[in-house]
Amino acid sequence: MDEQTKSVTSSKQAPVIEPGYTFATVTDKISAIVLQRPTSNGWFVGFGIGFLLTMMMLFAIGYLFVRGTGIWGVTIPIGWGFAIVNFVWWIGIGHAGTLISAILLLLRQSWRNSINRFAEAMTLFAVSCAGIFPLIHVGRPWLAYWLFPYPNTMGVWPQFRSPLVWDVFAVSTYFTISLLFWFIGLIPDLATLRDRSDNRWAKIIYGILAMGWRGSARHWHRYETAYLLLAGLATPLVLSVHTVVSFDFAVGIVPGWHTTIFPPYFVAGAIYSGFAMVLMLAIPIRKLYGLEDFITERHLENSAKVMLATGLIVAYGYVIEAFMGWYSGNRYDAFTLWNRLHGPYAFFYYMLLACNIVIPQVLWSKKLRTSPVWLFFISGVVLVGMWLERFIIVVVSLQRDFLNSSWGMYYPTRWDWMTYIGTIGMFLAAIFLFVRILPMISIFEMRTLLPEAEVKE
Amino acid sequence: MNDENKKPHREDVCPGKKGKLDLASARAAIAGTTGPEYWRSLEELAGSAEFREMMHREFPKGASEWLDGASRRGFLKLMGASLALAGMTACTKQPLEPIVPYVRQPEELIPGRPLFYATAFELGGYASPVLVESHQYRPTKIEGNAQHPASLGGTDVFAQASILGMYDPDRSENISYLGEVRTWGSFLEAIRGPLSAQKGLQGAGIRILTQTVSSPTLADQLRSLLKIYPQAKWHVYEPVNRDNVHEGARMAFGEPVETQYKLESADVIVSLDADFLYAGFPGSTRYIRDFAKRRNPDGNMNRLYVAESTPSSTGAKADHRLPLRAADIEGFAGLLQFALMANSNPQDSEHTKFAERVASDLSLHHGASVVISGDHQPPAVHAMAHAMNNALGNVGKTVFYTDPVDANPVNQTESLKDLIADMRGGKVDLLVIMGGNPAYDAPADFGFADALKNTKIPLRVHVGLYEDETAELCQWHVNQSHYLEAWSDTRAYDGTVSIVQPLIAPLYNGKSAHEMVALLSGQADASGHDIVQAYWQKQHPGPDFEAFWRKSLHDGWIEGTAFAARTPVLKTASIPKPAPASTAPIELNFRRDPSIYDGRFSNNGWLQELPNPMTKMTWDNPVLIGPAMADRLQLKSEDMVELELNGKKVAAPIWIQAGHPDNSVTAFLGYGRRRAGRAGTGAGFDMYPLRTSATPWLATGLNIRKTGDTYKLASTQGYQTMDTPDGATRPLVRAASLAEYKKEPNFAQEEEPAPGLTLYPGYDYKKEDYAWGMAIDMNSCVGCNNCIVACQSENNIAVVGKEQVVIGRHMHWLRVDAYYQGDRANPKAYFQPVPCMHCENAPCEVVCPVGATNHSTEGLNDMVYNRCVGTRYCSNNCPYKVRRFNFLLFQDWETPQYKMMRNPDVSVRSRGVMEKCTYCVQRINESRIVAEREDRKISDSELQSACQQSCPADAIVFGNINDPNSRVSKLKAQARNYSLLGDLNTRPRTTYLAEIRNPNPELET
Repeated sequence: MDEQTKSVTSSKQAPVIEPGYTFATVTDKISAIVLQRPTSNGWFVGFGIGFLLTMMMLFAIGYLFVRGTGIWGVTIPIGWGFAIVNFVWWIGIGHAGTLISAILLLLRQSWRNSINRFAEAMTLFAVSCAGIFPLIHVGRPWLAYWLFPYPNTMGVWPQFRSPLVWDVFAVSTYFTISLLFWFIGLIPDLATLRDRSDNRWAKIIYGILAMGWRGSARHWHRYETAYLLLAGLATPLVLSVHTVVSFDFAVGIVPGWHTTIFPPYFVAGAIYSGFAMVLMLAIPIRKLYGLEDFITERHLENSAKVMLATGLIVAYGYVIEAFMGWYSGNRYDAFTLWNRLHGPYAFFYYMLLACNIVIPQVLWSKKLRTSPVWLFFISGVVLVGMWLERFIIVVVSLQRDFLNSSWGMYYPTRWDWMTYIGTIGMFLAAIFLFVRILPMISIFEMRTLLPEAEVKE
Repeated sequence: MNDENKKPHREDVCPGKKGKLDLASARAAIAGTTGPEYWRSLEELAGSAEFREMMHREFPKGASEWLDGASRRGFLKLMGASLALAGMTACTKQPLEPIVPYVRQPEELIPGRPLFYATAFELGGYASPVLVESHQYRPTKIEGNAQHPASLGGTDVFAQASILGMYDPDRSENISYLGEVRTWGSFLEAIRGPLSAQKGLQGAGIRILTQTVSSPTLADQLRSLLKIYPQAKWHVYEPVNRDNVHEGARMAFGEPVETQYKLESADVIVSLDADFLYAGFPGSTRYIRDFAKRRNPDGNMNRLYVAESTPSSTGAKADHRLPLRAADIEGFAGLLQFALMANSNPQDSEHTKFAERVASDLSLHHGASVVISGDHQPPAVHAMAHAMNNALGNVGKTVFYTDPVDANPVNQTESLKDLIADMRGGKVDLLVIMGGNPAYDAPADFGFADALKNTKIPLRVHVGLYEDETAELCQWHVNQSHYLEAWSDTRAYDGTVSIVQPLIAPLYNGKSAHEMVALLSGQADASGHDIVQAYWQKQHPGPDFEAFWRKSLHDGWIEGTAFAARTPVLKTASIPKPAPASTAPIELNFRRDPSIYDGRFSNNGWLQELPNPMTKMTWDNPVLIGPAMADRLQLKSEDMVELELNGKKVAAPIWIQAGHPDNSVTAFLGYGRRRAGRAGTGAGFDMYPLRTSATPWLATGLNIRKTGDTYKLASTQGYQTMDTPDGATRPLVRAASLAEYKKEPNFAQEEEPAPGLTLYPGYDYKKEDYAWGMAIDMNSCVGCNNCIVACQSENNIAVVGKEQVVIGRHMHWLRVDAYYQGDRANPKAYFQPVPCMHCENAPCEVVCPVGATNHSTEGLNDMVYNRCVGTRYCSNNCPYKVRRFNFLLFQDWETPQYKMMRNPDVSVRSRGVMEKCTYCVQRINESRIVAEREDRKISDSELQSACQQSCPADAIVFGNINDPNSRVSKLKAQARNYSLLGDLNTRPRTTYLAEIRNPNPELET
């Protein structure tokens, strides 16, 4: 705890927790959101919208299963469309959670304590949203399990040279680790909720989930060990998952895909969009639930700095892509660049440059970096920009490749939109459920940030 | 009486439904009973009829009917009667009509092994000799008859697709009277009275309208019929006719003659708007072969000059192409004629120099050149072509004259005009329309449909494959049998007669034209077989008729029936002076559609979805205009315009076609059908309303007006490729002039990546017996589209419909890309057929997550449909984009006709799987089985892929590249051989031979 405490106390920056709190008040304040605070109408409205959008998504998927992939806008040559764009986008968003939880934990960045819980939850929900797409985008979804290596009477295995198989491993590992990490981190708080709730059913359910946590020293010891181990496991995942996802493209020979810059550039982009999503969620939540004391300006500012840094890496990626288009001397690569700048989707490429590179540069200003309203707006812009980036990579590269006789256009259909917006709805609904039934800020970790927690020699 | 008693029992009555249960009566019934009684329901208690009915119906509906009065006695009576009747049916002797297999004897029929029969497909009176593959007596695939001089193994798209025409579920299945189904018997009865009434009038009220007839038997039958009814008349009309050709011949020779060309011997070919390298031009299949043979740059390469009014595949192959308005072709012909013969004095024009150079080239090749005129050019152009060929000494060397193939070479427009005059004059009592659809396609000024509807002809009979626009206006419709179901005979362009033998009994008991004419002649039950055989018995009397007949059926043609060449005397005096150049601002050309011809194939999905060779358009007929005109009128492709000609207006979309002459509009016929069927109805725009008898091919004075609307067109090749910087310079099509090629024969080759530049270990294909490969000679390919249809037929490829083609989801495994180069007003055009490349380092294979696409040891890129989950990653990673995905359930799994049509050797793919060219793996394996049974290797000649088989140009050669003596190996060894996108290190097995043009050095600027 030493370094942690030091980093808190020695910091001349804004505090990560406002002064005046004690162990009890922290616990009261956070657990009350779940246990005491009445469910507001706003919550019902928000959850209701999310729920309805989820239903719309299920309808769109149901129709997809009945009719086939052809209800979407995908075609030859653009074999991948919204589904893969959304998949990569959601997976990328998930990365912030893991980064905050695992890497910042290992780096002893204790300011993360107030945002890691819902960042992890966000990861989980984003990966769930992402996981839908690879499953449903295949032509015969009922056979999608063939991508898993399982012993079977046919005696066939997946084709391990295919990046899609690597994807299966990467994403399923990522989801599993994220779930475990999140759940283990929840156990002490679940026990707190169990102890504090008056409702009998809540007691039982929280009790079961708390797995008999009593807060003994041995429990804490085991907890810390497990948490650190998982953090160690999750850390490489932050880099590997999106690297593998980028292989889906980099291994292909399509101009615009076949480039070695993709892995780092995808990881940076993932963290970029992930932090944008964290801010998009944190800013309204801290306002609505009065948590400004716990999620302070410092958190916002640190997140904004991460965004600024990763955004610059992404910008570097664009520059390298453009440079290589020229420098490689490969006419197809050069044309891909031309097509991005002048082709039928050029508008979206300029939008992408504006959203991902130009507008986020305002974060250099400390004033804007600490302004929740500005941050909320810029985060939204970045999320749009990162979605466009995937659209440009997937669609615009495929749209015009080697043989000009086979060029085509991609137009998403209403089913594409319904599925995409539906996953946003599902994500929202899950977030609403999460803030209602689980402590959205880690209570016990917040307590470690208090001056009282400082170990006195 | 008896029937009435039974009636109530036959209705399915459920209690409570028929009548309401009356509680009062139930109560009364209870009150009226004495002693203990048990009842199951109030209905029973009331003893209602409904309840009794229900009791009766203890068993399901239908079961109790067996009990109805079927006494033992009655049963025995029935049984006895049916046994007796069964015996009687067994006594009906089926007529013996043997048909003779081509290659394999019937006794060799092995389930799973197809038989091939020779027959002939007819279009416009000209036969395409074909072999039909038959699986267990179901015809499944059309192939060219390699031994027939008019085919040499090639086919044309219409013949290829005719198999789908036979299985078309929208074909008329019945005889009908005013739309109601009738029997053949009732038709016989209906026509008997009017016919016998006509006997007395010598048939004065009988009119028969046919399409062009070249069948000797049918012509003989019709002539005999006219002997029985001397006053009856036989009219001939089809919209795409050869009136101009016949008139031109009359002008030149005083009689209609058939002109044949021997392109094999022609060093210089001049086409005056003749699209002689595309289906529909008589003899095109043979001409393509002969033309392609002379395109070998290492041999004596020919030179082709084309002056044309509509960009065509023939123009694309030209060494010099001159886009001219159709009306100016005559002027150009005059220039040419003047330069050659100096017998006319045309005005000087910008094309004088060109004409002079062409003329000097022609003169240099005296006796080895040919001038071909297009069917739609006015008679004068034909006459001038005859005169020029005569002056060049080509007659008897490259140009041959024979009797016309058309058995009744009248002026068809006049013939139809006479008929309508008689109809309006009330002279027609019995009109029999055999084939054709004049209500849809007759010249607009004739008002044929109106005449048919309003002149109250007492008996109008339509005999046709479809209940079409004409059938609608006739009282009687008789469903015609398809050529694959009926006996007939027909003539190829050289006059050779083929016997048309049926491959299957008529699916819907249709009647052939022969049977129809026989009926009119009073032989109501004559069979087509007997009629045709009887005719040939007359022609070939003698004891060896049986052998003659068998041989003719077996070979697919009758020996010695080709017309002898004649030398008609040229009436030099009557060769017209060319008309002055047209000054009309905008001309409108009518052309038969390259896919659906005059509209008769409009319900053929394969043809509807077959891309137009130049525009790559499917399912529609936009009017074509040139780029300059489009700029001037500020029109874009897909803009709607209103075409106004002499007060008639038609709306249609625009397609800007590079190389189209300025101030000229081309409209394709055959679309906008109202009653075609599921594929054809409503597709495209009907241009016939603008087409009059006076201007059937070329009208001037067109007004064109932009309406402001747009219309989505389904072109399989985007038109946006022109406005990108890189599009035109990619080394996809490699071409050079003959001089450049002689100087640098290896110009097309570029350094290929060294082997081993791949992460994955290579495979030594050399050690295998076979390594399959393909070479496509782009110099030979004329873009005739045959391979596409042949592939579609062989491999059960689905038709997806216009909406899906618009999105880009057409399923053709083999496509023919067209690339343009140079000036938009007159670009060079190249065709490149693209099947799967079967790359040795296939990019598709490494990315498939389930291993559904794999490489065989023989180098095939195999697709395992069962394993495919449909990630589409393989298609994304295919640089050639030859993979096709079943985005929806594109195959029709329900229609029974299609089930019969499909090739049983090829899987029918379902939704959600990827598919692509297999190099016809089913054919490889069939040959392999035969070869292994005979303990030998597959020989080079016995195995052909479907595209190769049908290619009239012999441009596609498939075979074993491990055999250095195979044709494909020899082609690949040529200097012109190159790999498409070979620098990607895909090592494609399909390679191309670069195109060489042979321009006239004097015309090169």
